[in-house]
Amino acid sequence: MQPLLNSGPPKGLPVLNYTFDWSIITSGQYFDWLVSGLVTTLKLSAVSIVMAFLLGLLIAVMRMAHSKPIRWLALAYLEFFRNTPLLVQIFFWYFGSYKILPVFINDWLNETGFEFAAAAIALTIYTSAFIAEDIRSGVLSIPREQMEAARSAGFSYLRSMQYIILPQAVRITIPPLVNQFLNVAKNSSLAMTIGVMEMTYQARQVESYTFKGFEAFTAATVVYLALSIIITVLVNVYNEKVLNAHKAA
Amino acid sequence: MITFKGVHKWFKNLHVLNDINLHVTPGEVLVVCGPSGSGKSTLIRTINQLEPINEGTLIVDGMDLSDKKTDINKLRAEVGFVFQQFNLYPHLSVINNITLAPIKIRKTPKAEAEEQAMALLERVGLAEKRDAYPLQLSGGQQQRVAIARGLAMQPRIMLFDEPTSALDPEMIGEVLAVMKDLARSGMTMVVVTHEMGFAREVAHRVVFMDYGVILEEAPPNEFFGNPQHERAQQFLRQLLTPMQCECP
Repeated sequence: MQPLLNSGPPKGLPVLNYTFDWSIITSGQYFDWLVSGLVTTLKLSAVSIVMAFLLGLLIAVMRMAHSKPIRWLALAYLEFFRNTPLLVQIFFWYFGSYKILPVFINDWLNETGFEFAAAAIALTIYTSAFIAEDIRSGVLSIPREQMEAARSAGFSYLRSMQYIILPQAVRITIPPLVNQFLNVAKNSSLAMTIGVMEMTYQARQVESYTFKGFEAFTAATVVYLALSIIITVLVNVYNEKVLNAHKAA
Repeated sequence: MITFKGVHKWFKNLHVLNDINLHVTPGEVLVVCGPSGSGKSTLIRTINQLEPINEGTLIVDGMDLSDKKTDINKLRAEVGFVFQQFNLYPHLSVINNITLAPIKIRKTPKAEAEEQAMALLERVGLAEKRDAYPLQLSGGQQQRVAIARGLAMQPRIMLFDEPTSALDPEMIGEVLAVMKDLARSGMTMVVVTHEMGFAREVAHRVVFMDYGVILEEAPPNEFFGNPQHERAQQFLRQLLTPMQCECP
């Protein structure tokens, strides 16, 4: 019978048939795998959130446009991508999209890592739909008079949005945006299903080689958790400083 | 400078402006007064088309507002508007509130725009607040910054929509002082206000409105000394001696 935590079982208690070995994830080859997984997760999340923010901004502005067809287009986009599973969207871009792309684009994508690109596209589009709604509710919370003040100074609707409404709305939207960023970091784990070698993929890999599933996935869990906590703290500090700059001391 | 000819406006079934005929000449200071709901705010907001008119002709600085081809943004750049609630941009410092429109719309170089903004801040007595944010200022200070922001575009007309109504009594004076200074400099001004002292002192003409109709139009000494319309008499009694008024 195997000892618990390498220290011998207490007598009379049921005993786990498992030897913990934390050393495999703190150094050596498996550690390197996990680190490279973390780097890929960070890269994928960063690329996706930046693009999702820009796309979300565009969709939010379209959603509030005067023209009805543009508003409907934005609404259709939102409903479509928010109401279908992310995994299906990832599979669609990975297995579906290359069949309709020209050969030279496929060649280029294969050279540069099609898995990563497909995952980034899926995460970007999926997340942009949520971000667009967050930004829109931020915009709606800006008093109507701000738009009046901007328009009466001679700014067009779009310029008023650009210089006066959106800068204020984005500040208000920072907490939900941080949430979206954390969602992206967590959702990026789905990219392992198409072979992107990110954190979860590498943890699975370590488990396959060592059968140390508990250690491997504990490591992955701790990394995701630490990532979330660090980002939340950083943004809260920043947020507080920026928001307080505009308020009375 | 501003000409209303047979202007009508409705909010759904409510007839808020009823056959308005009015002419404001360059350099004139026109005060519009009347009870709340009389249409005076709507009247001033039609001048830069924050409220579009439904019928009639409205010509501002040579531009016809009833003509769909008129470039409304160009007109608005020539007309300064001061709101009751100031409506400064809370995410920008005082100096950036003032320079935003000149830099982005007039394409004034930044250094030049800031120089002009500082001159305006001197004029409204707030030069030391250049880097403060709006919410760090008192109401009176915010309104003076708002006036400076309007003036930064070097407008040909300034519109004031109850500029002192949201202020604590002790701050009204500082805002009125800035407006009087502006009136004396020859600016064309339309002012919606209940400040009858201001009207008496600097207005060239007072317009009294109720139920969307202009009931009386006279120089201030005539308007205050000998109001013709019964509603105007009642309004003035109420405003000047509120304690003795027999309110209906």
